[in-house]
Amino acid sequence: MGGHFTFSHLEFLGRGALWTVLLSALGFLGGGVLAFMVALCRISGARIVRVASGVIVQLVQGTPLLVILFLSYFGLPAIGVPVPPLLAAGASLNLYIGVYLGETWRAAIEAVPRAQWEAAECLALTRVQRMFRVILPQAVHIATPPTVGFMVQIIKSTSLASAIGFVELARAGQIINNSLLEPFPIFVLIAATYFAICYPLSRLSRRLEARSGFAPVEGAAP
Amino acid sequence: MGITLDFGAVLARWPMLLGGAWMTLELAAVATLLGFAIGVVCAVGRRGSVHWVARICGVYIELVRNTPFLVQIFLVYFGLSSLGLSLPAVTVAIAALCINVGAYSAEIVRAGLDSVARGQVEAGETLGLSRLQVYRHIIFPPAVERVWPALTSQFVLLMLASSVCSQISAEELTAAANFIQSDTYRAFETYIIVAVMYVVLSLLLRAAFWALGQVLFVRRRRLGTAI
Repeated sequence: MGGHFTFSHLEFLGRGALWTVLLSALGFLGGGVLAFMVALCRISGARIVRVASGVIVQLVQGTPLLVILFLSYFGLPAIGVPVPPLLAAGASLNLYIGVYLGETWRAAIEAVPRAQWEAAECLALTRVQRMFRVILPQAVHIATPPTVGFMVQIIKSTSLASAIGFVELARAGQIINNSLLEPFPIFVLIAATYFAICYPLSRLSRRLEARSGFAPVEGAAP
Repeated sequence: MGITLDFGAVLARWPMLLGGAWMTLELAAVATLLGFAIGVVCAVGRRGSVHWVARICGVYIELVRNTPFLVQIFLVYFGLSSLGLSLPAVTVAIAALCINVGAYSAEIVRAGLDSVARGQVEAGETLGLSRLQVYRHIIFPPAVERVWPALTSQFVLLMLASSVCSQISAEELTAAANFIQSDTYRAFETYIIVAVMYVVLSLLLRAAFWALGQVLFVRRRRLGTAI
């Protein structure tokens, strides 16, 4: 076969990039809601909730995203639960993001000084008021730089949805390569597109980090 | 509609599962060692006074950290073959993993190196130690000890990321799972078992790094003293 790289290929890649951004946004929204619940469960007053959420976090953090994706995409239909691809990809990403981001947010909540809880208690605020009026506004400030940094991880992790046939940027590259058979330049272009999306976010995260004075050292998913 | 699970059909393929898990561990071990070495070199290079070396290390780190591993592994795979080198998938997988984890561990090691107080380095220089000796004896041990937990997480994430190597048909655990599920039609059971195996592997890896940390660091310090 072979052939030349034309405008329609570029358009196809553009559509793939758009899906990458859209899938990332969906993942961040759904994962964010889940992450908030995970963070609250992990610091809950009830021991059973703390332990149960801790076990779930350990299980998800010990499993590769690719296996979670395969489990929901191939596994659920095999036992008679039909799942459309978009739902499988979205739900797996949400679970994965919710757990990792939830741990980040829990750390941010726990980084708010103990005295703030005590002061709020002295003002006779209820537990919910303490959380939403005193602790969370400060925790949001602490959590912002690592959360922006984590968006880069989300964007990169959506590339794995290509393994279950979801046509985002990485998959679009594979499809074009199947017709042009010029893998190296095509994947350089794909990598450059990812870089163009992720690098500004990385920079922003580092700027925010420098300004807030918090510079946590932590592992990052490749 | 009843759901019937049959783990037996999958577990009967245990030699393949164990073989895959072993390959995953091998990939992770080699990539951890080489990647850590790359990370240390880059971290030192980036902090160094030679401008162009620092620049190159910085560009490498940013390029790797802002692109997905899946694309990196395709680039290495097709890049090497367009140079006329057709290497086995496992070699390509190890090369891609090393390049990837090198950049991540460089950033972690750099944070550790930066955390060593300036006065310690000056004290070492006053004693007439060479630059290499200062790094080897004064900066390096406390720096690595401080970022050991972050390095541990990174290397566990690396082991999990090696699942992506199944996409270029390196025969590790996820690739074994893909083969077994297409052979037995027991996709759900296969991936559940493999997920449990990954959880066990990551717990083992964490335990190993904790034990290594105990041997490498703690015994040299009296209790209650700061790092």
